[in-house]
Amino acid sequence: MRKTIAILLLVIVALGIRLSLAKIPFGTPKTKVGRYYIEKGIEETGAVNIVTSVVVNYRGFDTLGEVTVLFIAAIGLGAVLTASSRGETRKTQPASLVLYTGCRLLFPLILIFGSYIFIHGHLTPGGGFQGGAIVASAFVLIYLGCREKRISEKLSNTLESLGGLIFVVVGLIGLAVGGYFLLNFLPKGQSYLLLSAGIIPVIYIAIGFKVGSELAGIIDKLIEQSK
Amino acid sequence: MSFLENYAFYIGAFGLILLGLYIVLVKRNLIKVIIGLAILDTGVNLFLICVGYIAKGTAPIFSASVKSAQQMVDPVPQALVLTAIVIGVAVLALALSLAIKLYQHYGTLNLRKIREQKW
Repeated sequence: MRKTIAILLLVIVALGIRLSLAKIPFGTPKTKVGRYYIEKGIEETGAVNIVTSVVVNYRGFDTLGEVTVLFIAAIGLGAVLTASSRGETRKTQPASLVLYTGCRLLFPLILIFGSYIFIHGHLTPGGGFQGGAIVASAFVLIYLGCREKRISEKLSNTLESLGGLIFVVVGLIGLAVGGYFLLNFLPKGQSYLLLSAGIIPVIYIAIGFKVGSELAGIIDKLIEQSK
Repeated sequence: MSFLENYAFYIGAFGLILLGLYIVLVKRNLIKVIIGLAILDTGVNLFLICVGYIAKGTAPIFSASVKSAQQMVDPVPQALVLTAIVIGVAVLALALSLAIKLYQHYGTLNLRKIREQKW
């Protein structure tokens, strides 16, 4: 009964989608604003990666909101999980020597790769969100391989707050200097170089630290709960 | 055949969305419902990327070899999805943490049984 109703509902939804999608052809240019960003992006922001210039510059305020959503989700997870009593802790079996050594070897390399991704966000595919996710994956590896090691909660909280603070402060400096929030007040420099695009690398590095420490903190709390 | 060629990506994306919706509607295990939500999320992200695609387009990144602005795909949906993926992960973790709490409280993940019990 339940399944029949569900399938019936899905068929209706699918028909509705079918009707609305018939008017949206695949593979044709659709928005003028996207075209504008591609044509004027380098000139206006100095970033070679147009996606980055949209995320951090044109829609920087939107990104600040999205970072806040991430922050609230992490806070909510912490509030839900730490409210419980931490009673008996199950003893974890230590990982095998191969896994342990491999994790310790790979951990710094993954951190360096993640930092590379978020520092070069305005030049190559990548950026703060992706780099942060890679950094967090390094911590997953550490939790799998070296089970008794923990990252200090204070450090991750500090990095997270610092990242958010840098984002907002850079935005406010723009407000003070030029009259609107997240104004690109630093010199844009020459495109295709690492030190270019004004505030974009600064903000993306801040986002990278924030996302990395947030996701690592989430993993830390979930693992603590499962012990 | 041309229908398939033109709409294969849309069909795939909405296939994922409908699959996720079906799981959310029908399954009783809370973990499976959360997995359904994750699949739905992936479908929505894929659909947004598909809308921004331009036939034979390249990634919207200028480099030494790609200097012309012609034939670049729309950067706006990509920028949206970029943040949506990370937020999806965080929301998934939040949902899982709530599932952990529910299991600790009721001793079951079956939604029917949880609904029957007293709070």
